[in-house]
Amino acid sequence: MEMTDKKRAIKGGEFLIRETEAKEVFIPEEWTEEQKMIANTCDEFIEHEVHPVVEELDSHKNPDLMPQLMDKAGELGLLGTSVPEQFGGFGMDFNTSMLVSEATGGGHSFAVAISAHTGIGTLPILYYGNEEQKAKYLPKLATGEWKAAYCLTEPDSGSDANAAKTKAELTEDGKHYLINGQKMWITNGGFAEVFIVFARIEDDKYLTAFIVEKGFGGITMNEEEQKMGIKGSSTRQIFFNDCKVPVENMLSERQNGFKIAVNILNIGRIKLGAAAVGASKKTLQRATTYANERKQFGTSISSFGAIKYKIAEMTTKLFATESALYRAGQNIDDAYDALIAGGMDEAKAKLKAAEEFAIECAILKVHGSETLDYVVDEGVQIYGGMGFSAEAPMERAYRDARINRIFEGTNEINRMLMIDMLLKRAMKGQLDVMKPAMAVAKELTSIPDFGAAEDTSLFAQEKKVLKNLKKSGLMIAGAAAQRLMTRLKDEQEILMNLADMLIEVYVAESTLLRVEKLVGVKGEEACATHIDMARIYLYHAVDKINSVGKEAIYAFAQGDEERMLLMGLKRFTKVNPFNLKEARRRVADLVIAENQYPF
Amino acid sequence: MKILVCISHVPDTTSKIAFTDNNTKFDTSGVQFVIGPYDDYALARAVELKASHGASVTVLNVGEASTEPTIRKALAIGADEAIRVNAFPSDSHFVASQIAEVAKQGSYDLILMGRESIDFNGGMVHGMVAEMLGMPSVSPVMRLDIEGDLAKMSREIEGGHEEVEVKLPFVAGCQEPIAEWKIPNMRGIMSARTKPLNVLEPVEVGEFSVVENYELPPAKGEVRMVDADNVEELVRLLKEEAKVL
Ligand SMILES: Cc1cc2nc3c(=O)[nH]c(=O)nc-3n(C[C@H](O)[C@H](O)[C@H](O)COP(=O)(O)OP(=O)(O)OC[C@H]3O[C@@H](n4cnc5c(N)ncnc54)[C@H](O)[C@@H]3O)c2cc1C
Repeated sequence: MEMTDKKRAIKGGEFLIRETEAKEVFIPEEWTEEQKMIANTCDEFIEHEVHPVVEELDSHKNPDLMPQLMDKAGELGLLGTSVPEQFGGFGMDFNTSMLVSEATGGGHSFAVAISAHTGIGTLPILYYGNEEQKAKYLPKLATGEWKAAYCLTEPDSGSDANAAKTKAELTEDGKHYLINGQKMWITNGGFAEVFIVFARIEDDKYLTAFIVEKGFGGITMNEEEQKMGIKGSSTRQIFFNDCKVPVENMLSERQNGFKIAVNILNIGRIKLGAAAVGASKKTLQRATTYANERKQFGTSISSFGAIKYKIAEMTTKLFATESALYRAGQNIDDAYDALIAGGMDEAKAKLKAAEEFAIECAILKVHGSETLDYVVDEGVQIYGGMGFSAEAPMERAYRDARINRIFEGTNEINRMLMIDMLLKRAMKGQLDVMKPAMAVAKELTSIPDFGAAEDTSLFAQEKKVLKNLKKSGLMIAGAAAQRLMTRLKDEQEILMNLADMLIEVYVAESTLLRVEKLVGVKGEEACATHIDMARIYLYHAVDKINSVGKEAIYAFAQGDEERMLLMGLKRFTKVNPFNLKEARRRVADLVIAENQYPF
Repeated sequence: MKILVCISHVPDTTSKIAFTDNNTKFDTSGVQFVIGPYDDYALARAVELKASHGASVTVLNVGEASTEPTIRKALAIGADEAIRVNAFPSDSHFVASQIAEVAKQGSYDLILMGRESIDFNGGMVHGMVAEMLGMPSVSPVMRLDIEGDLAKMSREIEGGHEEVEVKLPFVAGCQEPIAEWKIPNMRGIMSARTKPLNVLEPVEVGEFSVVENYELPPAKGEVRMVDADNVEELVRLLKEEAKVL
């Protein structure tokens, strides 16, 4: 990637081998007034238009309700944030569109409907459509006049997306493709006018994508799926029976469908992380309010240490995901700007930029969805019996959160993907992992350096710890790759361990960098709670990396090598004692006093 | 038609209320500020009138620079331009004097605002402004239609509604459901930055009130539930514990 004048171009995945400076990251405290106003509009819409009807949405008694809400969102312009102005949208940058995902993320079923429409429904046309296709579909999608769905998954093809059996056959006159097959789990299926359909032509190796209008005919569907959560979102099985699609509705080129699916999912994944942050904030807000109001043993339950622990953990995890989310989002924006400056066209540059940070996108999908699940789980617990009652909001939050670990690539698939991408980039020489990995190996056999005077500046200690965490990752990944070679891909348990290490390094670092940058602006005193959170998160990361690291080492190493790796891991995950309990109390006390997520 | 909408910049209703400087100042740290909810309805009605009758809408806020995000939100909702009188809104008389001064310069046909601000809830500004300008003032207005140079309004009174007609220009204190409440849309937000926001210096006004100190209302006591059948226990509690009998 080319260098811009202002910033050194950062590479995706590079965080593992490079020390990032605080000034290089974007932090949410830097949102402009306009961006805040946009988020505020989304909040108000969710609060005033969506929340009062979530129950009704979930009941499906009025199937028009969801499309009506989408229309209202369209009137406000919320469906066109990523669509360029020339096609009736607002052409906002990537981080702003993520902020919109976050701010609508607390909208339960509606959040899923809007994200499917604006993401997987609209983006394939935006990024892969030709000029005619864009001119025909984007303006209607940007206003919500037409609603979109994305048809990739089939009964026998889920994670293995390219195994889809749906066929597209050219008619004799060469003017149409006839699509035949069955799609499953199609979000917005019940009311969409436009479907992005993936099908195979002849015996092609890869799928081809088509833009299909409901009016083309040959489309039937089953009743709504009965789901555990997000019950209000429309999810259908769709059957294509000689659905006649004009040849000009092929999206991009023949066999390019799988690539489209993968690239669109990169964006979908990180935005899912954003939506999860939004849902987590709403949940934390409610749980805190409840904890402040609910009295037992003569006092608010928020005064109990066990509840403070939960509030602090929910807040810290959420803060950490948020830090990583917008750091990665800004990286994508910067990469895009650099590509545009280099002469690339907009659509290509958007995709390329997201692809560059595909590892980070996968990390945020996994971490965002798992943070949300933690938050809703503890949310239920804070509500006690009321948490289990369908009368109170936690029960729905708990059910609705669960889908996030499944769609847009399951968290298992995403974990494997991030390691696969990292190793591929290392092989291709795009990421120089070898040198630092070798340096770590060398360090292992040398005597630890005890001599250096203690640096007492803020985060000096933490940065050393972080560096060591990266070393742990490099050491174990390097040894595993060396020992197992091509067999590594079959040792999924180890891949999961490596993925967890990668995730923790990225999130812990992002949190530390955010706080460091903020301290630079506001000073240490004003950021005391932020500093606590950065430390709490880092200590989590250390524990996690130590535990999954050990598991990995036990799994592939033996004898001297095992001993050496374990010793190295112990050395690299060594931290000074830090009173986490008191730090958590300080975090919780602030959240409790402000009765909301205060960051 | 020229409409002036006066908006207050007030703490969100969910804000935590605390004071500083020996309880003489409201503690704004961590407080989210919003357009006064009643003012928001006045603004929404002005924007509706602009759409139906063709009008120019000017928003006015008496406040320090920190109120500008609130003002720009009003622009995003649909006002055409904004004026900020650069001063701390110390009391109703001060604010009304500043508004009257701006109004004199602009010859507005309608001067709309909320029936009251939700911070100090004085509910006096519209009356004072009207008095200073020699115009009629109506409040709380729940319906407002314009026909020619006549304003037809419905006003809430004790136990019912009052239909009022006045000639333009006039001052009105508004409240729900005078208009459909509006969320700023993306287009509005994007265009807000290009709309003029003029800053004027305040006119001198004598000080009529001084804040000596603020006090929070006493915390609500605990509620004890007594079984409906157990009147004796209730009487005992009222006698022995509450000591009100
Ligand atoms: C509510 C909802 C909405 C959806 N919306 C859409 C939509 O709009 N459009 C669309 O196309 N799809 C949609 N999906 C489908 C969704 O993307 C898939 O369910 C998901 O990709 C998983 O596929 P699957 O259900 O077939 O599970 P499977 O692939 O059968 O996976 C089952 C389990 O096996 C694991 N697994 C699978 N392969 C591997 C492997 N190689 N190694 C290790 N573990 C593996 C998975 O992680 C998972 O735990 C939706 C699904 C739901 C539930």
